[in-house]
Amino acid sequence: MSVSDDLIRKYEERLAAFEDRLRRIEGGAPLAAPGGASRQIGRAGTGLRLGVDVGGTFTDLLLLDERNGRTFTAKVPSTPEDSSKGVLNGIEKICQSAGIDPTDITEVMHGTTVATNTVLTSSGALVGLVTTKGYKDVLQIARSYVPGGLGGWVIWNKTDPLAPLEYTIEADERIDAQGNVLVPLDEKALRRDLEKLLKSGIEALTVALFNGYANDAHEARIAQIAQEIAPGIPVSTSASVMPEMYEYERTETTVVNSYVRPVVSKYVRNLQEELQRRMGAGTMLQILRSDGGLSSAQAAMDQPVNLLMSGPAGGVAGALWIAKQAQFENLLTFDMGGTSTDVALIEGGTARTRRETRVGDVTVRAPSIDVRTVGAGGGSIAYTPELTKALRVGPQSAGATPGPAAYKKGGEEPTVTDANVVLGYLPSDAKLGGDMEISRDLAAKAVGKVADMLGLSVEDAAEGIIRIVNENMVGALRLVSVEQGYDPRDFALIGFGGAGPLHANALARLVNAWPAIIPPGPGVLCAYGDATTRLRNEASQTYVTPVADTSDAQMQKMLSDLAAQAARTLTAEGVPESEQETLYQVDIRYKGQGMKLTVDMAPEAFSLAEVTRRFDSEHEQLFTFALDAEHEIVGLRAVVQGAEKSFINPESAQGDADASHAQVQKTRIFEGGAWREGHIYDRGKLKPGNRVPGPAVITEMDSTSVILPGHVGVIDAIGNILIWPEDHAEARS
Amino acid sequence: MPAQIIETNTTPFKRVDVDPITLDIVENALRNARNEMDAVLFRTAMSPGIREQHDAFPLIANEEGKMVVGQFGSFLYGFMQGYEGTIEDGDVFITNDPYSCNGAVSHLNDWLLMMPIFEGGKLVSWAAMFGHMTDVGGKVPGSLPTDAKMIYEEGIIIPPTKIYRGGALQDELLNILLSNTRMPEWNKSDFFAIIAALRLAERRVRENIERFGTDTYISAMQDMLDRNKAAMGAIIQMIIPEAVDGKKAYFEDWIDDDGMGNGPYKIACHLHREGDVAYFDFTGSDPQSFSSINFLLNEEMFKMFFGAFTINLFDPQILFNDGFYDLVDVHIPEGCILKPKKPAALSCRTHMLGRIFDLMGGLLGQGAPDALNAAGFSDSPHFMYSGFDRDGEWYQLFQIGFGGIPGRPAGDGPDGHSLWPAFTNVPNEFLEAYFPLRIRTYATIPDSGGAGLHRGGNGITIAYEMLEAGEVSIHDDRWLTYPWGVNGGEPGMRSTKRLVRRDGSEENIPSKCDRIAVEPGDILHFNTWGGGGWGDPLKRDAALVLRDVKRGLVTEEGAKRYGVVISKGKLDEKATEKRRKEMARTRGETALFDRGFTSIDALKKRTLKETGFAPPRAPVFRNQYIKAAE
Repeated sequence: MSVSDDLIRKYEERLAAFEDRLRRIEGGAPLAAPGGASRQIGRAGTGLRLGVDVGGTFTDLLLLDERNGRTFTAKVPSTPEDSSKGVLNGIEKICQSAGIDPTDITEVMHGTTVATNTVLTSSGALVGLVTTKGYKDVLQIARSYVPGGLGGWVIWNKTDPLAPLEYTIEADERIDAQGNVLVPLDEKALRRDLEKLLKSGIEALTVALFNGYANDAHEARIAQIAQEIAPGIPVSTSASVMPEMYEYERTETTVVNSYVRPVVSKYVRNLQEELQRRMGAGTMLQILRSDGGLSSAQAAMDQPVNLLMSGPAGGVAGALWIAKQAQFENLLTFDMGGTSTDVALIEGGTARTRRETRVGDVTVRAPSIDVRTVGAGGGSIAYTPELTKALRVGPQSAGATPGPAAYKKGGEEPTVTDANVVLGYLPSDAKLGGDMEISRDLAAKAVGKVADMLGLSVEDAAEGIIRIVNENMVGALRLVSVEQGYDPRDFALIGFGGAGPLHANALARLVNAWPAIIPPGPGVLCAYGDATTRLRNEASQTYVTPVADTSDAQMQKMLSDLAAQAARTLTAEGVPESEQETLYQVDIRYKGQGMKLTVDMAPEAFSLAEVTRRFDSEHEQLFTFALDAEHEIVGLRAVVQGAEKSFINPESAQGDADASHAQVQKTRIFEGGAWREGHIYDRGKLKPGNRVPGPAVITEMDSTSVILPGHVGVIDAIGNILIWPEDHAEARS
Repeated sequence: MPAQIIETNTTPFKRVDVDPITLDIVENALRNARNEMDAVLFRTAMSPGIREQHDAFPLIANEEGKMVVGQFGSFLYGFMQGYEGTIEDGDVFITNDPYSCNGAVSHLNDWLLMMPIFEGGKLVSWAAMFGHMTDVGGKVPGSLPTDAKMIYEEGIIIPPTKIYRGGALQDELLNILLSNTRMPEWNKSDFFAIIAALRLAERRVRENIERFGTDTYISAMQDMLDRNKAAMGAIIQMIIPEAVDGKKAYFEDWIDDDGMGNGPYKIACHLHREGDVAYFDFTGSDPQSFSSINFLLNEEMFKMFFGAFTINLFDPQILFNDGFYDLVDVHIPEGCILKPKKPAALSCRTHMLGRIFDLMGGLLGQGAPDALNAAGFSDSPHFMYSGFDRDGEWYQLFQIGFGGIPGRPAGDGPDGHSLWPAFTNVPNEFLEAYFPLRIRTYATIPDSGGAGLHRGGNGITIAYEMLEAGEVSIHDDRWLTYPWGVNGGEPGMRSTKRLVRRDGSEENIPSKCDRIAVEPGDILHFNTWGGGGWGDPLKRDAALVLRDVKRGLVTEEGAKRYGVVISKGKLDEKATEKRRKEMARTRGETALFDRGFTSIDALKKRTLKETGFAPPRAPVFRNQYIKAAE
């Protein structure tokens, strides 16, 4: 039996226990949907939704039965050569345990990292590019920006554009900033150049013309000609992917769309076909977008640039949903994996989004949940540069191989995981039956390297590594909170991912965000997010106009038209109008500024006076000043969402405070410069109402949580561990 | 008399031991604070210069005014020594006068704001930032008159002044300043944006103190300064040799002209080490100019340039600071072009400021040829365009140009990029939407990067079509001398400007000029220069040369400089081999530096033929400065 088979078997056993617990919690009682009416799906469905998250190692599934609120989960190995295999395996398994037929499932919601991985592994298509005459170097020059400080240029090498210059041609045409045609398209010359380009081996084509955001006629015509010459070639035009000013950003975004498109299209088409083959032609596949909304399979294939953050968005959506069940609406999410950590901010039950997405070296203008990634995770390597003797952690990572020293796979460099082992946060005791055998000796030996350089004990050095890596993450948390004008103390912090539960308590303490929440089964959180995402659609338009030059009536008219437009798609997807919720968004700034702020407003409360008042006050909150300058509208948007679902019944029965029945054994952890005595707990045995006093280590199927001395973990009604400082008012209740 | 610091708490700080981990955490916290300062500024400023091009620089300093995080530090200490008045909680100082802050800012466009941060009744830190204002008055739009002979022609001069007193804005004072500029709205917004960034730094500093305690915070900053000193001490030992037989490293470079027909102007420097200390001596540089190309170079600022430039190579994660200044001795003679005397004009110092980096590279590289870079885009050429549009509205654009990063040991130089950190170009669609301009071409210039094993980056050609009658000013350089190549690499191509009138007539435009009248339909071709090449071009992989040809970055003709023969897009391997052998034989040994000329005189003789311009006259200096500069 291979190691991975063994791993899976262990997972399955624990999953069964987890599902048991969920069932106990759920109690099986039917759940009234909001508004008193259960949701009717346009297609003849039974109300079964499936969330699917495909990770590098495992594929997680979550099945929601909307008729009675029950959920089922499954975990199967991923099949990287063809992910749909793993998904179908998972579906067989989950249907078996739920006792249903696959054809009963009507909706499959899927968060995918296939677009991200295509960028990160440079395995996308060979992209050809058509620019306006005079602009073929638009990606080569980019924004002329050289990263680093003074002299940063000495060591920086620019990566080649994703659309290579040798596959870039120019179209003789010109449109001005107002959208007027100055030079008509020279079709003859273009056709000649395009024929040559399309024969050169390119696999996708981008058409991105100067001022194309103002008038897309030439782009559309070129796409048409390309299709005539090479009917199969996927063509992306900049005006359809990102109809906004800034030629470099728009071109880059459209090229990235082309770059990932063949891979994503193939993946989505294949998955959809397989699903429909197994589950019936009516099955609807929807893909989670970077901004947390859902996209139809077709839209995902056409505009995959919107999926670059699909994976992390699933985690944020899952965190959001789990925490909502526990009545937390303001959250910092903290998803720590092996090589990197994603953080995001949720306010009032909505994840904060931004108008750009970053993956590796690539930045595109596509809306995404404002997830900030730091290159620090469990595998990050600690070192001390000879010259400065400073302790640095990351961004180099030990990766999966050789991995941390403690994993006995040949790693010798000290990693964050090794520090966690040395400190007793990750117990090395084999009796606990962790996923991997862990060697404290090897961990200590590795950490010893930096300890010697720093003249510290191994324990002090290990604690130093943890403190530094936590500080790096605080930097990321600051970017999503304080830099946006939010005070972390107004938020709870939810930790998930492989290493999140180990660090959540310490991070919450650093930024004073309480409680630290460890959700049940951190590993299936993304699948939860996929399955529970609300259907959402938006329609927007650029409208650069001084506030003085428009009126309430005119704005109302434009916004309600946009809302109607967005609602149509949602209605077609089966969301009845009675369940649709509309929100207006106005992008606004002081005339002359480059940035803009988005003011959200319910339709009935809309007025320009209120918009400018809210803008001034938010500007002041963010930047400490407001100006008496003229206000300028930049863009309008209407967002329409389907109703929200709730799937877990809070359990009414409380356990008592005593958690000692869940203790596995005594242990000790190193914190604040000293060893402290505490216990290891089995999370599967903890009941709502139990209180786990720190220091404690809580183990479960796919992660380990740490409760630091002076803190207490309270199990809430749905199985979250809520960690509070023991003298916190909430902790005593 | 130094400034009087008003503190309600007179207990001195206690130097405490800071464990290495806490130290690293304070370092990270300050790094984050500095990044946040940038973010706030760029989001709220209005002028394209700050907002899009990021011509602004923040710092946080310790209570003594020593920069612990930032890029253009080092002036606060001098300010505190020289300011005659009090420094109190709630004060914010403004200045733009290079002469009264010893060159902390080097021309009037840069408004420097300095904020003391108090906590618990004591001065605990400083936050400061300066940004380039689009206009500060003076004789020309943009306030950068090439032909200014005195600083008074360059705009309003603000000596160090409290613009906030006890937390209250002195708005009448601000009104006076704004009333003296052509773009008051932009200046006002940029001013408040900088204030917002400083307030943010203040909050972060206070949070740190709350977290770690005042003594730990103050001591940690001192430790950070000490850590840099130790690191720089080791670097100085490594890369700067002691003078053997009195022989010091020497390098010289030039600014081509002063915009008034004189040039080139030489800057020269000797470098050697004695024990722990590195000595930079600028004796031999030309005396100050009559025009505005003078650069008031603060000695401390030069130390910072030197440290930042070198430390990057050894621990890029380090938070660079002022700690090592005792290890560097800089001598700049009074009255020379790097230390002009008031009231010399200073506004067009940008060329000299950039050229300092070429000089430093050439100087340091002699001690470590493997680490030597070719000459790069050592400038920030300006394009300015202003006037009244047909609706009678005033428009005014100030834009910085980019060019070729040189070939380096690390690889080819990027095409059309910035030598300065954080700078970015202004999107052309933005320009077309907000200014009466059409950008016909925005491309790299093939073959403009010097040939080398690692190719120099190409310069950029921009074709500006004017849509309104107005005036154009240009400040550029390296039209006469070349960006030099090293270790066998060739020089990059020089800069040129060509104005094509609507009626079809054409003229070459000099590198530095003000107030050229333009009419709708006129097109200015603004061509920046390429970076020098690094290493022997005959050793560059022919496949890479072919790739560059296919990408339009090198022409088939240009490939011959590499000894590579390409015909109709195909590499001719046999002919290449033959050509390379022949070239290697005839050229002989390669030199460490290839300037593209043997002497200034020889260069001047061929100037008219090559550039269409008569060579500049040799500068004539005022007697007293010749003496002073010796």
